[in-house]
Amino acid sequence: MSSTTARARTALLDLDPLVVRRARSLARQATRPVVRIARTHTTVSVERALLRMAGLAGADADRVPWVNHLVDAVRSQVGLEHGVALPVWDALARAEAPDLLTLAQKASSGAVDLRLPSGREALRAAKRSRASVATGIRRIDRSRATRDRLVARLGDPPRRPWIYLIVATGDIYEDIGQAQNAAREGADVIAVIRSTGQSLLDYVPEGATREGYAGTYATQENFRLMRAALDETSRELGRYVRLTNYASGLCMPEIATLAGLERLDMMLNDSMYGILFRDINPVRTFVDQRFSRQVHARAGIIINTGEDNYLTTADAVEAAHTVTVSQLVNEAFAKEAGLTDAQIGLGHAFEIDPELPDSFRLELAHALLARELFPRAPLKWMPPTKHMTGDVFRGYLLDGFFNLAGALTGQSILLVGMMTEAVVTPWLSDRDLALQNVRYVMNAAGNLHEDFRPTPDGLVATRARHVLGEAVELLERIVADTGDGAARRAPLLAAIADGTFGLMKRPADAGKGLDGVVARTPGYVNPAIDLLEEGATR
Amino acid sequence: MSTPAKVVRPYGDTTGDGMVQVSFTLPLPHDKRAEGAAAQLAQKMGILAPLVVHAKAMGPEFTFFVVYGAVSHLVDVSAVTVIERDYPLLTPAEVNAAIRSRLRRKLVVVGACIGTDAHTVGIDAILNIKGFAGEKGLEYYREVEVVNLGAQVLVPELVERVRAERADAVLVSQVVTQRDAHLHNTREMSAAFREDYPTGTAPVLVVGGPRFDEAAAGDLGVDKVFGKGTTPGEVASWLVHAALPPPRHRSTDERKSA
Repeated sequence: MSSTTARARTALLDLDPLVVRRARSLARQATRPVVRIARTHTTVSVERALLRMAGLAGADADRVPWVNHLVDAVRSQVGLEHGVALPVWDALARAEAPDLLTLAQKASSGAVDLRLPSGREALRAAKRSRASVATGIRRIDRSRATRDRLVARLGDPPRRPWIYLIVATGDIYEDIGQAQNAAREGADVIAVIRSTGQSLLDYVPEGATREGYAGTYATQENFRLMRAALDETSRELGRYVRLTNYASGLCMPEIATLAGLERLDMMLNDSMYGILFRDINPVRTFVDQRFSRQVHARAGIIINTGEDNYLTTADAVEAAHTVTVSQLVNEAFAKEAGLTDAQIGLGHAFEIDPELPDSFRLELAHALLARELFPRAPLKWMPPTKHMTGDVFRGYLLDGFFNLAGALTGQSILLVGMMTEAVVTPWLSDRDLALQNVRYVMNAAGNLHEDFRPTPDGLVATRARHVLGEAVELLERIVADTGDGAARRAPLLAAIADGTFGLMKRPADAGKGLDGVVARTPGYVNPAIDLLEEGATR
Repeated sequence: MSTPAKVVRPYGDTTGDGMVQVSFTLPLPHDKRAEGAAAQLAQKMGILAPLVVHAKAMGPEFTFFVVYGAVSHLVDVSAVTVIERDYPLLTPAEVNAAIRSRLRRKLVVVGACIGTDAHTVGIDAILNIKGFAGEKGLEYYREVEVVNLGAQVLVPELVERVRAERADAVLVSQVVTQRDAHLHNTREMSAAFREDYPTGTAPVLVVGGPRFDEAAAGDLGVDKVFGKGTTPGEVASWLVHAALPPPRHRSTDERKSA
C-alpha cells in the first residue's frame, strides 16, 4: 500500500515528541477498556455478517433479509450469547436443511429446531462453520488481490491529494452515469452517499435500488453495479478510480463485509459518529466497529473517519482539540483492529468562521497539526459546510481557500467542496465548477508547500502546539472520568455520556440498537473473528 | 430616506436597466446551436437581448451557460405579500421575566429532527447554547428547559417524550428533504399530536427549516412555521407570545391598597 502513503515531508511545526508520545499512550489507555467490552460482547449485526460471509444472501417477499430471519430464530430458540455459528451449523449437520438458505427459509416460518450442540457435535459444528465462513474470507482476499492487480496495471492518480467526489441521486443507475462523468472530469474517488434513513435500519436492503432520500441505499447489488461501472471507466481513463461507501449505523459489520466482498476501496467508518450523531448505543457501536474494522483491515480498505462532523455542531476553534482527540482515539481503535497507517484516513475539516480574523492561518495550523501528528495516514480533508450561506459566489471563494489549505499542508484525500452546499444536492455544473476550482489551485499552488515554512514561534506553529496541548489535557480528563453502569468499566464511555464530543450526551445504557447487544459466554464461537485475527484462510 | 419606488426592476449599474445574470446547463453538446438555444431560453424567461457571455462544454453531452441581459418584467412592491412578524422581539432577560411571571415555572421545550433527516444543524442553532447569528440558543435562557432529542427521532418516540417531559412546546426541524418529505413528516407529526391529546391541550407545535413556506402553518397542522435565517431570539419571543398564558394585569385598585 505504499502508493497511499503520503510523501515524506519536512516537519514544520516542531511538535514535542514527548507530548506526541503521551497523546498516543493516553489514547490507547482510553480505548483499551472499550476494546475489552467489544471482545466480550456480540451483536445481531456481527452474527448476521458472519452468515453473509458464509454466503447467505437474499431476502423474503417483504424484503426482510434471510440473515435477519436466521439470527432472529437462533436468538429466540437458543440465545445469541454463544454466537450463531454453533446452532446453525449444528442444524445443517443434523440435516435440518440441505443448505444455509433453506435453513433460513425454514427458520423464518418456525419449521427448524435449533439447539446448542455440545461435545463432539459442537466441535463438528465449529469446524463446518469455519470452513463455510472461510470461503467468504477467501473471496474478500481475492477482491483485495484484484484491486492490487488493477492498481498495478492502471495506476494510482498522478498526484496528491486524491480528488473525492460525491454522488447522491437515490437511483443507482443515475448514480452510475454521474460517477463515470465525475471520474472523467478528474475524480479519483467516488462516494455514493447513502439514503439518510439507512443508518437506523437494522437490516441491509437487497438488490438494485432506484429511490432513496438524499442518497442511494447501500446494498450488495448496488456495490457490485457501481464497482463494475467504475472498473470500466478506470480502464478507459488509465487510472484506478476508487469507490467509497459507508460502514456506519446499525448494520456496520454487514456493510463492511459486503464492501470487502464487492471490492469497495474506502469506507466511512468512524469510531464514535453513530453514537454522537445517530444516537446509536455506544456499546453496540464499539462492538460493531471492531468487527467491521477487522474486515476492512483484511480487505485492504482505507477507512475514513468523521471528525469533520464535530465541527458542524461545535465551534471549529474552541473544539479544534476534540478533533485531535477523536483522531487519536480513531487511530488507537484502528490499530488494535489490525489496520495499517496507510489504511487510516483520519478526517478533519475547514470549518472556522470566515469572519474570524486570521481564520485561514488557524485552518493551516489545524491541518498541519493533523498532517504532522499522523505523517503516514491518508488524511481526508473536508470542505466548509457550516459557513456556506447560500451565497454561492462567496462559497466558491471559500472553497478555493479550502483547496489552497489542502495543497499547502499536504492533505491526502480532498473532498471537493460545492458552492451550492446547503442549497441543493450538487448540480452537474456545480461539480464541474468545483473541479475547475481544485484544478486551478493545484496547478497554480500545488507545490507551494516547498516554499511554506511557518515561523517557529509564529501564529500557525504556536496554535498547532496549543491545540495538541489541549488535546492531551482532554485525554487526561477522559481517562480519569468515571460513571455509572457500563461507563464505570470504561472512562471513554463516561466521557461520551458527559457530552465531551460534539456537545452530545450519549449514555452507555441508552440509544438505538441496544437490544441487539449480547454479552458473550465463555463458549462463544465466531469463526469469522477467528479467521480475521489469525490471518488464516481456512 | 425617500419613499421606496412602488414599481421596481433589477439594478445592474444604472437605475432601471433591468440587468440580471443567470446560469444554467442544457443537455446539448457545446456548439453554435447550443448557444442559440441558451439565448432562446433566456428570451423566454423575459431577458430581452440576452448576452451569452460564457458557454463551456461539460463532457460530450452538456453545456454550461452564463447569460446576462435586461428583463422586461416589473415588480409592483405594493402587491408583494409577506408574513410580517406579529409579535414583539424580546431580549433573553425579557423572555425569562415573562415566563417567570406568567407561567411561574420553567417553560419546557422539546426539540427534534424527525423522519430520515439527520441534519441537526437547524435545531442545534436554535437550542444549543452556542446559538446562531450571534444570539445564544434556548438552552441559555434560564427559564427555559430544553430537551434536544437530536436526529432521526420517530414520531411516536417524540410524542411519548413530549408527554413524559410535560412539554409546553415542540420544536421540529427539517433541513435536508427530498420529494416534499419535510411536509409529509410534519403532517404526520401534527396528526400524531392531535390524536394523542384532547383538543386544545397539545403543546404548541413549531416547525422550522429552509424549505418551509412560513404561511403554511394551518395546512401543516402546526402553530408556527419558521423559515430560513430564523434566530433563537425570534423563536423565544414567539414562544412567549403564543405558549404562555396571557399576562395577568393587576388592577390599579389592588396597587393602591398594597
